[in-house]
Amino acid sequence: MEKITFQINDREVEARPGWTVLETAREYGIEIPTLCFHEAVLPSGACRLCMVEIKDGDWSKLVASCIYPAAKGINVYTETERVSNVRRWIFEMLLAQVPASPEIADLAARYGVTRTRFPVKDPEEMCMLCGLCQRVCEEVVGLSAISTVDRGVHKRVGAPFLRPSDVCVACGCCVNICPTGAMRALFDSIRGETKTTLTQLTA
Amino acid sequence: MSDSTAAKLQTPWRLTSPGDLETLRNDIIESQDPNRPTIVVCHGNGCLAGGGAKVAEAFRQGLSDAGINAKLMPGVKTTGCQGLCSRGPLVTIQPHGFCYQRVQPGDAAEIIEKSVMATEPVERLMHRDTKTGEVFHTEEEIPFYRLQERRVIQKIGKIDPTDITDAIATGAYSSLAKVLSTMTPQEVVLEMEKSGLRGRGGAGFPTGRKWRSALQAIEKKGRPVYVVVNGDEGDPGAFMDGAIMEGDPHAVLEGLIIGAYALGAEKGYLYVRAEYPMAIKHLEMAMAQARSYGLMGENILNSGFSFDARINRGAGAFVCGESTALFTSIEGKAGNPRPKYVRSVEEGLWGRPTVLNNVETWANIPLIMGMGGEEYAKIGVPHSTGTKVFCLVGKVENVGLVEVPMGTPMTRIVEDIGGGVGGGKPFKAVQTGGPSGGCIPYSLKDTPVDFDSLTKVGSMMGSGAMIVMDETDCVVDVGRYFLKFLEEESCGKCIPCRLGLSRMREILDNFSQGKGSAADIEDLTSLSNALKDGALCALGSSAPNPVLTTIRYFKDEYLAHVEDHKCPAGVCKSLITFAIDPEKCNGCMSCARNCPAECITGKKKEPHAIDASQCLRCGICLETCKFDAIFVS
Repeated sequence: MEKITFQINDREVEARPGWTVLETAREYGIEIPTLCFHEAVLPSGACRLCMVEIKDGDWSKLVASCIYPAAKGINVYTETERVSNVRRWIFEMLLAQVPASPEIADLAARYGVTRTRFPVKDPEEMCMLCGLCQRVCEEVVGLSAISTVDRGVHKRVGAPFLRPSDVCVACGCCVNICPTGAMRALFDSIRGETKTTLTQLTA
Repeated sequence: MSDSTAAKLQTPWRLTSPGDLETLRNDIIESQDPNRPTIVVCHGNGCLAGGGAKVAEAFRQGLSDAGINAKLMPGVKTTGCQGLCSRGPLVTIQPHGFCYQRVQPGDAAEIIEKSVMATEPVERLMHRDTKTGEVFHTEEEIPFYRLQERRVIQKIGKIDPTDITDAIATGAYSSLAKVLSTMTPQEVVLEMEKSGLRGRGGAGFPTGRKWRSALQAIEKKGRPVYVVVNGDEGDPGAFMDGAIMEGDPHAVLEGLIIGAYALGAEKGYLYVRAEYPMAIKHLEMAMAQARSYGLMGENILNSGFSFDARINRGAGAFVCGESTALFTSIEGKAGNPRPKYVRSVEEGLWGRPTVLNNVETWANIPLIMGMGGEEYAKIGVPHSTGTKVFCLVGKVENVGLVEVPMGTPMTRIVEDIGGGVGGGKPFKAVQTGGPSGGCIPYSLKDTPVDFDSLTKVGSMMGSGAMIVMDETDCVVDVGRYFLKFLEEESCGKCIPCRLGLSRMREILDNFSQGKGSAADIEDLTSLSNALKDGALCALGSSAPNPVLTTIRYFKDEYLAHVEDHKCPAGVCKSLITFAIDPEKCNGCMSCARNCPAECITGKKKEPHAIDASQCLRCGICLETCKFDAIFVS
């Protein structure tokens, strides 16, 4: 199949048809931070950390590289001022929102963000609603035992109607895929009485 | 009216040709006596809230009580929004067009006696100019109406939206008949391109180009294709789409059917917010009536083209006005925007090519097909053709529905049509485009209101809400209001919008309490830009606009909050105190009686005083005082 040629950070790269900008960048070892991306599930463009800038002369726009399809001749930049500004604010807000997650703190530190100007709301919080647990349950396990409940600032991860779900087979995929370890604490609120006996979880 | 005509009008007959429609239209017009007095009572939402339904009832009762023995029995007709909402309930007496305002049930008898049975005006209920005191008798004379160019909303407030014959008499569905009998689908799209019409929902994408891309997508992917009406209007201050659906539902349907014909769609969806029960009711009635006349459904006017539509009610989420969230909602899922860089014309509803247009856009289409695209393009200005319906609200004399050609200067809309803020003072700013738009200051009052000019000054056309503010409106407070609104309405999927909006609002909360610094204003700007660049959909990416424009045009006011700890507009409660001017206070005790904190003391007939430490700053005393003795500092 014909390959798609374009530029990332002024370097020529080749993508297979159907690849996204992020997939191509990773193929070439170009680093773009992500939180809600995982190879096992469809990209959802939720965390917005993977924003990159596409430039064409004076015109430019920011796109989420995890869902932006590779296209012939585009010029992608991963480290522009606008990109850094988005990343910096997302990291600062996450540091205040999910202070209990060392993974987030490490990732933020890699991009130079080590403190936040925002007050911490819940020092125990680890979940930043990337939605990986929900997507793996729906797309890979095929059960949809987990969903996000409510909207906006009130959004949270839970079983439908916030009741432990009989649909859950306690397979542990959600616990495994969770990038912050938040699912370990949430797991019992999802799992109802299962009819299957399973081996103990290793998270 | 001949008996056979009467019979024909009573039972809908299935129209089988454009000629049939023309015959029906002539029959209806023939059956109406132009000299028959008609009492037209506005049943728009504003007038209904003001008692419009009771007024209509009083007129019906009044007519029967009067035992009128006339050759022509007067009729009572209820219509959609007549436009001047702040002076409702509105009543117009036809055929001479006397226009009555703030009509109460008790006024019915006098109006019937003088204006219906005779042709005498009742001047006390007529439009009086607040500045000159001049009295205007008819709509044509009142500046609010005279200076408008009503095309899309021309029939609203004139026809009974629940009666299709009333709409047909004024030409409804004649554009559809013309399109079906004389134009190919390609010609319809070409006509749309010539018209230069841009989407009225906010972003202003050229409608003709959208339809053309849809045709290209259909070539690749085949049919089915869907046409969708976006009636999920939810901007604070905006009600024009609601008014159109309630007042002239047939215009929307006719436009939709024409669009469906152009694209070869057999099914359409009308996504209407559940908070608009009257719009849903009127659209349902209109659809049922159109079906029974053969104007919708199988084999429309025997053209071989079939199309039907259904109504989907929104469940109260503002974000479902965003196109991809609207599709997921119709599909039965939670209304979250789709994270895809694919256009809806290629992959929209159910993954099929879909054309989604706003209510007002659809309502423009019969006009364009009627007059031709080139003729339509002469209205307005280049790149922004046609007219636009605005909802003029806020601190303005004439609150209501306004339609003007694109490119009309802001000041003409606000000052000449809207009557200004009252008291001869200039307005402070006009917020256009709702929570996604920006505040335009008085210094830019001559800005032409069209898509590109508004974007240039940092605002946007948006759906058409125009909120006028005066010196008692605080820009920090306005910013907080819109952020609070969007914070509640964000779907919460992407981090910049879910967390960013609350953080922005918290910064403004601090400002309103006199906390923060000039550096925080810089932070706010930087965070705003991160949202603009980073958010998943237009809700988040346009949300900072009110804040960014107010910082751009009213930075002094922000600085006054954080540096001087003052709210110049006297709105932010932590920064103001209420006090009593002892010179003006005559000790009537009315404020002390009404104060919920019981912190106003004083003896009868002696000046009172407010204990600032206990004061809640609710402002009740200010409203209560008849002697202007209470002031804010």
